[in-house]
Amino acid sequence: MAINTDKNSYTVIFAVLMVVVVGSLLAFVASGLKPKIDENERFEKQQNILYAMGVNNNEGEGDVSFIPTTEVEDEFSKYITEQLVLEGSEAVEKENAYLIDVQKELAKIKKGEKAELPLLIGEKDGEKFYIIPMYGKGLWDAIWGYLSVDENMEIKGVYFDHRGETPGLGANIKQRFFMDDFKGESIMDGNTYAGVNVAKGNNDPLNQDKEDNAVDALAGATITGNGVSAMIKESLKLYKPYLQTIRTN
Amino acid sequence: MALLSKKDANLIKDPLADNNPITIQVLGICSALAITAELKASVVMAISVLFVLGVGNVVISLIRNIIPAKIRIIVQLVVVAALVIIVDQVLKAFAYELSKTLSVFVGLIITNCIIMGRFEAFALGNGPWKAFLDGIGNALGYGIILVIVGFFRELLGSGTLFGMKVLGDPVAKTGLYSIGYENNGFMIIPPAALIVVGIIIWVQRSKNRALIEEA
Repeated sequence: MAINTDKNSYTVIFAVLMVVVVGSLLAFVASGLKPKIDENERFEKQQNILYAMGVNNNEGEGDVSFIPTTEVEDEFSKYITEQLVLEGSEAVEKENAYLIDVQKELAKIKKGEKAELPLLIGEKDGEKFYIIPMYGKGLWDAIWGYLSVDENMEIKGVYFDHRGETPGLGANIKQRFFMDDFKGESIMDGNTYAGVNVAKGNNDPLNQDKEDNAVDALAGATITGNGVSAMIKESLKLYKPYLQTIRTN
Repeated sequence: MALLSKKDANLIKDPLADNNPITIQVLGICSALAITAELKASVVMAISVLFVLGVGNVVISLIRNIIPAKIRIIVQLVVVAALVIIVDQVLKAFAYELSKTLSVFVGLIITNCIIMGRFEAFALGNGPWKAFLDGIGNALGYGIILVIVGFFRELLGSGTLFGMKVLGDPVAKTGLYSIGYENNGFMIIPPAALIVVGIIIWVQRSKNRALIEEA
């Protein structure tokens, strides 16, 4: 069986067939697995949100440890008491607000359209946590996360994640040694919502100064770090009208 | 009784040393520089490439006689991209945690020139079993270098191995740090990987002078 693989007609037919076969194979796999993947992503969102308000299985100094997926749904409904969407400084309750795609809402704001900004309120041991979803840019791709504050505008916890930051460098924003640094930092500088800067030369590896609006940057990950700073600042700008209404200090 | 004939065994053995993809063929350098700041990332990448190159080489070898020569590079790209995306999707559905760790590597695997290089240099001209062995051998050779580079960069750059503080705590000044040792921040950034790879090449060629090209 000798085929003349050099003929133009053969090349074109081969290319068309290849695209059809591979394309339908990928479409088949993607649509077949979609429900399962969606469920996993929903669990992950719940885990991340709970993580930001300090509901996790972290032990000692080790790695990030979430509430297991088998329990996360129950825990989520136990700790998250209100799910809101913001319209200016007004907050309206909305079911499953946590599933809102923040990336799309931010794009709407940029275009001047009406957007729905989700905000979650959690309660643990009588304390209230206001959890803000964030979305921004790292070095290679998107970064996102959750930031929880109390009425004093003190950070109670953060969770960061990324799509494609460099492993070992920028990807370390989702490591505990980086995220734990944010705890206790104030997002206020006087009366402005300054956020928290990921600062080079902060020279405070144990992060004892909680009033400086800064945490130590990651070596070799300047742009990812700047992305995190910018992401926090941008999100606070959007949530400021609401935060003003709950701020007590 | 040998499991593999001598010729077949060489397909696996050669890339480990005298025909190493990184130090001799100079393939896959980009990812070797990019992700070796930590040992864990190196190991994950090595395993991923092992899988993709093993399976990809077989697939390309099976269809080698019907691939039109004019568009063979595109065909290779389609095969490897489809393969990686399917694996990524399946992991997302059934091993979500694992897929989170690997998702960063997906792009790096597709663009890894070692994969295209072996498709082009070997799988297009050899049968599936040989292509499989060649894929495994080259991925292992690639993995070894990655792990060596990752080991030195993480140890000297961060003072850790697999995230464990092996040299003491640089902040609290315990262990080696108590006598004035400091982490070398230079080792964290990609140029340091180039230097480590360079040293490996130097050591390898001075041990086996036959590898030195005539000037």
